[in-house]
Amino acid sequence: MNRSERTGSAAGFWSDTEKGGIGAWLLSTDHKRIGLLYFWSVFGFFLVGVVLGLILRLELMAPGRTIMGPDAYNAFFTVHGVVMIFLFIIPGIPGAFGNMLMPIQIGARDVAFPRLNLLSWWLYATGAGVILLSLVTGGGPPDTGWTFYLPFSGRTATNVSLAVFGVFIVGFSSILTGINFVTTIHRLRAEGMIWGRLPLFVWSLYATAWVQILATPILGITLVLIIAERILGVGLFDPSRGGDPLMYQHLFWIYSHPAVYIMVLPAMGVVSEIIPVFARKPIFGYKMIAFSSLAIAAAGSLVWGHHMFTSGMSDTAVLVFSFLSFIVAIPSAIKVFNWISTLYRGSISLDPPMLFALSFILLFSIGGLTGLILGAAATDVHVHDTHFVVGHFHYVMFGGAGFAFFAAMHYWLPKFYGRMYARRPAVIAWGLMFVGFNILYFTMKVLGMKGMPRRYYDYLPEFATLNLVSTIGSWILALGLAVMLVNLFRGLWKGEPVTEANPWGGATLEWTIPTPPPTENFAEEPVVTHGPYDFRGAGIP
Amino acid sequence: MSHATHRDYAGAKLGMWLFLFTEMLLFGGLFILYAVYLHRYPAEFAAAGHRLDLVLGTANTVILLTSSLLAALAVTAVQRDEGRVAFRALGGTILCAGLFLGIKYAEWSAKISHGIYPGSPDLAAGPPGESVFFGLYYLTTGLHGLHVLIGGVLLTVVARRVKGGRVHAGDYIWLENGALYWHLVDLVWIFIFPLYYLML
Ligand code: HEM
Ligand SMILES: [Cu+2]
Repeated sequence: MNRSERTGSAAGFWSDTEKGGIGAWLLSTDHKRIGLLYFWSVFGFFLVGVVLGLILRLELMAPGRTIMGPDAYNAFFTVHGVVMIFLFIIPGIPGAFGNMLMPIQIGARDVAFPRLNLLSWWLYATGAGVILLSLVTGGGPPDTGWTFYLPFSGRTATNVSLAVFGVFIVGFSSILTGINFVTTIHRLRAEGMIWGRLPLFVWSLYATAWVQILATPILGITLVLIIAERILGVGLFDPSRGGDPLMYQHLFWIYSHPAVYIMVLPAMGVVSEIIPVFARKPIFGYKMIAFSSLAIAAAGSLVWGHHMFTSGMSDTAVLVFSFLSFIVAIPSAIKVFNWISTLYRGSISLDPPMLFALSFILLFSIGGLTGLILGAAATDVHVHDTHFVVGHFHYVMFGGAGFAFFAAMHYWLPKFYGRMYARRPAVIAWGLMFVGFNILYFTMKVLGMKGMPRRYYDYLPEFATLNLVSTIGSWILALGLAVMLVNLFRGLWKGEPVTEANPWGGATLEWTIPTPPPTENFAEEPVVTHGPYDFRGAGIP
Repeated sequence: MSHATHRDYAGAKLGMWLFLFTEMLLFGGLFILYAVYLHRYPAEFAAAGHRLDLVLGTANTVILLTSSLLAALAVTAVQRDEGRVAFRALGGTILCAGLFLGIKYAEWSAKISHGIYPGSPDLAAGPPGESVFFGLYYLTTGLHGLHVLIGGVLLTVVARRVKGGRVHAGDYIWLENGALYWHLVDLVWIFIFPLYYLML
């Protein structure tokens, strides 16, 4: 990754190396380099996950056995889920774009604990390595689903312990990132960067970091308990020995529901940055958006039980969790309304980052509304564990957080690479992905409504047509991804050089420093005098 | 802004507190399980609790409290720039950590030799509540013991820094954070002790 000769004098943090070679990256404590390390590793795992997803869809293309048997299918959807959740979408935006941008956006030279930051990435890489190791050693890839439900995960002969241990390590990395971000945002804001002037991306990372700190330890202990069950046979969740499997589900979802906010809050932050810049208007309702991030994080910690409506909880618990789940929809809707209001009468330019941000709003809204169907206990009983659920969470995680990740790539990567991708292929890729996505996952919702269960490798003949349509959608989506990938690669390596500091006309601090940013970000400590969406204050007409 | 020379004390302490918070939550998961299963098996929990060795448990409580006091003394000593005193006090803390683990080892081996361990035939033959109790006991004290070990290692590193003069009145964040960690280890035990040895 030696780019210094290509970008010449404006090479910024790329060229500044005391230690040369790969070590200058793997041992760097510069938040921008760590951010790029995260970016490429996370993106790599996304591609692995996509290939696994496409294989799943191929199996479901036609009824009966198509390319694999039931055991292989179990392993494939488990690994697909584990990779997508723990290695892509949870660490994705905070690890990659949070690291790259948050210190710059608050006017700091780095995060509060730079070496801890590097350790976080190494823990992520180690955990990912252990997870990969679990696929090829022991009894073969885990087949429990990414939720590792006990008692089954205590008994299966596949390599669950190692995979769970890998997830534990990745969780530790997530906790350390959270601690680092909270401390940084509290301690290292530049002069004039009062809380009311924090970019909304920073606000969303702040809320996310608290969720990472408060929820991940519960996942940690839950994973430890799975390993203990497997090695010692304690029986804490085994009804035959006095345990209660429902307790496992409680502990698991106390983390894993808030985890969806670790996925989606930073994505909302990205969208809140992009919409005002490309609508050329200050964001509407800054305070409400910032506040709703905190509200989502807080209220979202109380609704885990909606994953367990059919597991045998008491009716009271079902009622309470169902009610609370509806409450979380309010702050999410506040955000959507504020984005729409920002767009209203804006002079909108449909550049690639904006296209992805707009599709986030639409896809996330569809995902969120179908979430209400799952949050209402009565309707959830009908669609529980069907493809409706698979459709719902792909809309939120992929259509939401995934598309926001792509938006962030198209918005910020040129800033860090100093080169621009081509615009037309980017738009074509977006179009293919958007169309393919909806064909792929909307049919899943319909299938689920009709009663096709999830995690089954086979289905009744009456589901054949829709499944074929869904698989065709997955190919269109994959084609779009490939176009996006090639375009991005070409752009970042050989594209048109960007040397101006502010190609999109943003008013946040990262656009005030050179492209690519210098190692210490700011030549002198910035003094902030206007808000992040005050384009006139920033001198942008 | 963080320059190489300027140290952000408040930041380092904030970070440590956040980390301690996550540690409490980690144990919190086990305490939640304890609460739920106590509710379900009150009689079995009481019976099983009586089988733990109160004398050894009390001894360990006293040892940990002493060690925490010594750690606090070490911080005060360093603030007064009495490095040698601090070093000795830390030595005492580390000694206590060793003692604690020794006693825990004796306790565990006695139980195991009586056939009380997770998944043992003895427990399987008894009422389910009892095997749940001992399962939780081993997991909780085991996790706590691991923390004692980590704390001991951490304080050894700190003690070396005190001795080498790298921790002194002008910069003792290592010692302060190390001591904070040790107080957490102590605090968690202060919950474990009554719940398992005393309450029932
Ligand atoms: C081209 C992209 C993708 C395709 C074709 C795809 C397809 C699938 C399919 C067919 C299933 C299994 C349904 C079942 O049998 O129950 C599945 C499950 C899942 N997918 Fe994807 N997916 C893709 C991308 C993603 C992304 C981006 C994420 C997360 C960010 C994700 C997260 C999950 C999860 C968590 C599961 C559940 C696994 C389980 O049940 O244990 N997928 N996906
Ligand atoms: Cu949920």
